[in-house]
Amino acid sequence: MFPRIVYESFRRQARRKLLAGIAITLGVAVATAMIAVATDIGDKINRELRSYGANLVVTPQEDTLDVEVGGVNLKPPSDGAFLNEADLPKIRGTFWHHNIVGFSPMLPVTVKVGEGNNKDAKDVTLVGTYFNKALRFGKDDFTTGVKITNPWWKVEGESKCGDGRLARPGRVEDSPAACGWPDDNSENILVGERLAAKLAKKPGDTLEVDARQLTISGILSTGGAEDDQIVAPLALAQQILGKPGAVRRVYVSALTKPPDALSVRDPKTMTPEVYDRWYCSPYVESIAYQLQEVIPHSHAEQIRQVAQNEGTVLSRIKGLMLLITLAALFASALAVSAAMATAIYERRVEVGLMKALGAGNLAVSAIFFAEALLLAIVGGIAGFSAGALLARQIGRSIFNSQISIEPVLFPIIMTIAVFVTFAGSAAAIRRAVKFDPVFALRGEG
Amino acid sequence: MTTSNTPGTLLTPQQVADRRAHAPHTSMFTRMLLRAAVLRRRRAASALLAMIVAAAVATAMMNLYVDVQAKLRTEFRNYGANVVIVAKDGQSLPADALAKVESVLGAKTKTLAVPFAYAVARTHDGQSVVVVGTDFARARQLNHWWKVSHWPGAPNEALVGMRAAAVLSPKIGPNRQPFELTFQGKAIQLAPAGMLQTGAGEDSRIYLDQSQFQRWTGVAPSTIEVAASGTAAEVEASIRQLAQLLPTADIRPVRQIMEGEANVLNKTRATLYASATLVVLTSALCVLATLIGWVFDRRRDFAIMKALGASERLINGFFAAEAAALGVVGAILGFFIGIGVAAWIGRVNFHAPVVPRFSVFPYILAGSVAVALISAILPIELLRRVQPAIILRGE
Repeated sequence: MFPRIVYESFRRQARRKLLAGIAITLGVAVATAMIAVATDIGDKINRELRSYGANLVVTPQEDTLDVEVGGVNLKPPSDGAFLNEADLPKIRGTFWHHNIVGFSPMLPVTVKVGEGNNKDAKDVTLVGTYFNKALRFGKDDFTTGVKITNPWWKVEGESKCGDGRLARPGRVEDSPAACGWPDDNSENILVGERLAAKLAKKPGDTLEVDARQLTISGILSTGGAEDDQIVAPLALAQQILGKPGAVRRVYVSALTKPPDALSVRDPKTMTPEVYDRWYCSPYVESIAYQLQEVIPHSHAEQIRQVAQNEGTVLSRIKGLMLLITLAALFASALAVSAAMATAIYERRVEVGLMKALGAGNLAVSAIFFAEALLLAIVGGIAGFSAGALLARQIGRSIFNSQISIEPVLFPIIMTIAVFVTFAGSAAAIRRAVKFDPVFALRGEG
Repeated sequence: MTTSNTPGTLLTPQQVADRRAHAPHTSMFTRMLLRAAVLRRRRAASALLAMIVAAAVATAMMNLYVDVQAKLRTEFRNYGANVVIVAKDGQSLPADALAKVESVLGAKTKTLAVPFAYAVARTHDGQSVVVVGTDFARARQLNHWWKVSHWPGAPNEALVGMRAAAVLSPKIGPNRQPFELTFQGKAIQLAPAGMLQTGAGEDSRIYLDQSQFQRWTGVAPSTIEVAASGTAAEVEASIRQLAQLLPTADIRPVRQIMEGEANVLNKTRATLYASATLVVLTSALCVLATLIGWVFDRRRDFAIMKALGASERLINGFFAAEAAALGVVGAILGFFIGIGVAAWIGRVNFHAPVVPRFSVFPYILAGSVAVALISAILPIELLRRVQPAIILRGE
């Protein structure tokens, strides 16, 4: 009898059930999408914060002082210690290598720019680096360079990008090689925009640098010291300096966890247990420590301007999304309860009839709860799928990347859906059951 | 209604006229509206509650959406200067440059300008080191990320970068021994006040108070770092203004900072927009569900009015007025609650209250009334086709 009543109720009152079901589906969809976005927003914003550039710098342990004012190096660059370029791919071998977005080696060299050896020749800093260099560590092929770590660098090349697309900053897959960036294995260079204006050079011209004729593949604009410098492939800078394999410093861009009480502790004073926890958390401090482990004779340090601020920004945005998610959950819970209450309130006559036929309060409530459960499950599954799609859409349109739904979210969402549906129905069911069947059947009240 | 006689009590026409004269003069229409709300308090209250919640959530979202961007911009200013003023060709800036910058940007609060002067000095053992003259109080405000063990107070005290301290003289340390620097033959004795750690170029430098630096080297500031607040367009406008004011200087935006900020801010704003839209839609759905139930529930009132000969226009008008009243009351109450919620979120998350924006009120009001009207008219349209007799028979 019981299943038949429930079944018939769905069959005969399909439209009313549909309304309640739609409300539950929409409510669950919004809740799912918001929870998915809120749990993933930290990771997404963390990636966007990488557009501020590297947050770690690796220097030789026995480093000498930089004597540099306004981007001009005033010290002969050949002295002092260097890192070995061959050690760099090992950065991919650190514990948190998945968190390392990219790295760029830098080798500044002071060069003479100008025709021949006449008096126009002047000192300019030439920086050797990777643009988008293909490297290999073990079986792991990857590319890295300034295109990834310094997304604000803009290059104006001889010709437009191959297919006319605009390259999005920080996304290598979007940057067609023909956009004016030199090849890492070529002898082509980028010239800073202010230097180019002074020298009256444009892309495609040749420039004499230390008696070498180099082709300018693009004009670089960074808004920083590089605007007065020349940027060249690392190998070329090493040749000019006469030190193959030398790297002055390496900038590393890593996804990190905001600092907390544990992160700032000195690893030397930790117990082994605390040390493991510290080592296995992607704090900027522990990543620096791991970089020192893999690169011999190096000193890694956080760039505080970038590293210290991203934690605050990240926690603000995460906190905001959490609060908005709570508001969304609250609003969808209210919508579901309102729909359920309305659906039940309309069926007082039915309740009256059942009670007049001798049904107890418990039996009547059980029917309603069973119906609510069915609605919650069906609406929950439909809403979860719709919410997952919605979250994906949000991820794709805003962050250009997937927002993945954790499968563990499904039971949680279903529990919430059933709970909210029950809670929303409970008050209405109690009122419907308490209502005098005589009045209900007469159609009063 | 209130003036009708109870059966059995006979009143003279005069008495009836008296009672009518003394009774508050309200039209039948208003009385019906009021009585409907009073007699069905519970249902009316739940409909009003849904309305208030929806209006509150919408207000909070709209307030946050507008204000969070300003709040986040303030957070982003912790990244330091977004505009740099550099004297052309290694010259110094005019002496009044800082005052000019401040007079242009001073109108806006929270704009900071910090002067920097550079010179290369030699230590006692002949090593070159970059010495910078600056205004410590301003630098401290601008560069929050500088990790400084102790800020200099006395004019003879210097702030020494980590690497400068390690390379130049291992003696500079906790015992704070004075050290000597020479610039073009002029020597100066300095006491290290504290260590500076940034992980960037600052680590290799020694910082001095600007006036002390200028007395020693005679070099005036060549760089002013400015943290200009406001949107990207406002910063651009500030740059243009400064360029007119200081023709001898190069004024450049710090692209690293500006583009990073624009990028993160745009993504956050888009996410916030999507979330706010979802939340507002859900609350509108909640109102719709509640109000449709409420109106359906009153199909008997509807039938009686129709049976008594009320015109369709009157009935529509009645339910529309009821819904509009609900929408207005809900919007007003919800607006203030929403402002409270937004202020609370601001305090919890940004440690600064969100400034209430009364400009969103018209939108909230219009939205609430529109949703209420839609949810009232929908069921009426359905009921219109039904014969009143059928409704009254309770079928």
